[in-house]
Amino acid sequence: MENSMTPQINRDRCDGCGLCVMVCWLDGLVIINGVVAIVEGVECDWCTQCEAVCINEAITCPYEVILG
Amino acid sequence: MKSNIIPRMELLKASPYFSGLSITELEEVSRLLFERSYERDEIILAEGDETGALYFVASGAVKVFRASADGKEQILAIVLPEEAFNETPVFNGGINPASAQAMTPVVVYGLNSGDMEAVLRAKPQVAMNVIRIMAKKLRYLVSLVEELSFKRVISRIARILLDYAGDGAAAGMRLTQRDMAAMAGTAREVVGRSLKELVENGTIRMERHRIIISDRDALEDIAEQSF
Ligand code: SF4
Ligand code: SF4
Repeated sequence: MENSMTPQINRDRCDGCGLCVMVCWLDGLVIINGVVAIVEGVECDWCTQCEAVCINEAITCPYEVILG
Repeated sequence: MKSNIIPRMELLKASPYFSGLSITELEEVSRLLFERSYERDEIILAEGDETGALYFVASGAVKVFRASADGKEQILAIVLPEEAFNETPVFNGGINPASAQAMTPVVVYGLNSGDMEAVLRAKPQVAMNVIRIMAKKLRYLVSLVEELSFKRVISRIARILLDYAGDGAAAGMRLTQRDMAAMAGTAREVVGRSLKELVENGTIRMERHRIIISDRDALEDIAEQSF
C-alpha cells in the first residue's frame, strides 16, 4: 500500500539529479539506480523543500484538505 | 550524497547570459570566474551588504529571500543549477537587495561586477542577453509585488481550499503547493506565504500532509474579499 506520509515520487520524471536528497534536512531521500527513493522509516515532516527544488516535478508533497 | 558540479564551460554554454558567444569568447569569460563552496544553511549574501558579484549555481540549491521588519521571510526565488542570482547590484551598483542562503551544500561560480562590466563593453551580445533576462525578471517581480500588496492570492487560495475540502472520510483530492500556485495564477513561493498567513490568522491548521479548515466562515470571508 502507498504510504501517504511520505512525498510522492514519479520515477519516470526523476532524472536523479540529487537536489532533493541534498535539501532534505532529515536525510530522508536517496538516489538508487539513478532515481530518487525514500529512506524507509523516515519521519518526513512535510517541509516540502524537496518539491520546491525539483524542476521535474518528480517529487511532490500533496495536501489533503479537510473541513475540521 | 554529493551531486555533480557543473564545469565552468558547460555552465556558461547553458546560461542565457552568454548565449550567442563563441567557444573562444566563453573561454575568456570562464577565466574570470571564481569558485566558492558553502555548507547547507550558510548565508552566501546578506541583504544590505555590498557584494558586487554575479553568481551562477554550479551545484545545489540557493534560496533568495528578504526579511521583513517583523522577521517574516519572503522567498523571492529558489535558484537551481545553471541559474544566476544577485544580478541587481551587479548591474546598478549598490547593495544586495536580498539575502541568499544555501539550502544544500552549494558550489557557485562568481563573476565580479568589474569583470562583468568589461564583458558587457566588449560583447554587445551579452548586453542584449542581459536586457532580455532583466525584462523577464521584472515581469515576474511586478506580478509578485502585485500579489503581495493587493493580497488577491490569499482569497484565491482560500477559495481553492474550500472548493477542494473533503470531510476526511473518503480519500479526497490532494493538492500540492505547485497545484495551488497554478490554479491561483501565482508562484509557489506566494502560496507558501499565503498558507502561513491563513495558519497565523487561525482559519486553517497544517498537520504534515493535511490542511484542516478550522474556521470555515472566516475562510469564506477571506475568499469573498476582493481587494
Ligand atoms: S530533485 Fe527531482 S529529478 Fe532531482 S533527484 Fe530529486 S526527484 Fe529526481
Ligand atoms: S518534505 Fe521535507 S522532510 Fe519530507 S522528504 Fe521532502 S525534504 Fe525531506
